[in-house]
Amino acid sequence: MLVATAIAIAKMDRLFAVVMLSGVFSLLAALLFVNMDAVDVAFTEAAVGAGISTVLMLGTIALTSRVEKPSTQSPLIPLAACIVTGAALIYGTLDMPNFGDPNAPVHTHVGPEYLENSQHEIGVPNVVTAILASYRGYDTLGETAVVFTAGIGVLLLISGLRRRRDPDEEEDT
Amino acid sequence: MWEFIVGHLNYWLFCVLMMTGLYIVVARGNLVKKIVGLNIFQTAVFMLYISMGKIAGGTAPIFPTDMNVDPNVVYSNPLPHVLILTAIVVGIATTSLGLALVVRIREEYDTIEEEDILHIERDIVTAENQSHGGAMGGRA
Repeated sequence: MLVATAIAIAKMDRLFAVVMLSGVFSLLAALLFVNMDAVDVAFTEAAVGAGISTVLMLGTIALTSRVEKPSTQSPLIPLAACIVTGAALIYGTLDMPNFGDPNAPVHTHVGPEYLENSQHEIGVPNVVTAILASYRGYDTLGETAVVFTAGIGVLLLISGLRRRRDPDEEEDT
Repeated sequence: MWEFIVGHLNYWLFCVLMMTGLYIVVARGNLVKKIVGLNIFQTAVFMLYISMGKIAGGTAPIFPTDMNVDPNVVYSNPLPHVLILTAIVVGIATTSLGLALVVRIREEYDTIEEEDILHIERDIVTAENQSHGGAMGGRA
């Protein structure tokens, strides 16, 4: 279903439909994350992917155009490049452990340690929160810095637009 | 053999999804659509990571509130979840920055099609070359 949505996005040329389909895609992805026990990730994906980014894209197509022009170049070269890359990636996955294998290398080093120690060391029931805010607090700090920088960038890019245009134009951020 | 195929099918589907995203980014000229493709690409990578953290028969890594953890319950690996949480938020930051750039490009060139932009750029360069060449007394 996800693959079908993605291919529909590739084919569609009305941008409004594309944006809506990308929201659908994010919701489906969130469902998949719930299925794979990642509830926190599913929350974030549903809120950020299906919510905020859809709103941002709608704002952008309101400010720009709604229809995509058909491309004049042949799609064969990009298609060939994608197929070659995909084949290489699939070849790479042949060494991976089976899906859901409890003895996979991912589950033998750091993860179980967090699961065992976080209830004594942090005392938060949700292990994901404990790791995010405590063990990997610096990562989260860096992430906040990235978001802050992006916000400044967006403001700089858009504020110039405001000055040059009529003040009644809507803004996308 | 059958077990191998079923166990790897998820990775292969994510690869297909990722390549769809890459195809949209590379082959489609519309800038908004390129960003949608980038999002699909990102989400495919997220799914790959999350699927690595899954343990068969496991449950979400959240303890009971009274903190009496039953040692028989299997929890999925929380580390990929944390990494992907960070990645999603960074992803929305890049998306918003890209969309702002698209708005700015539209402001400057009055189009969001890559081919049109290249065309306009080429015209500008040709005009500049002609004027400079004329000033130096010859063809540019």
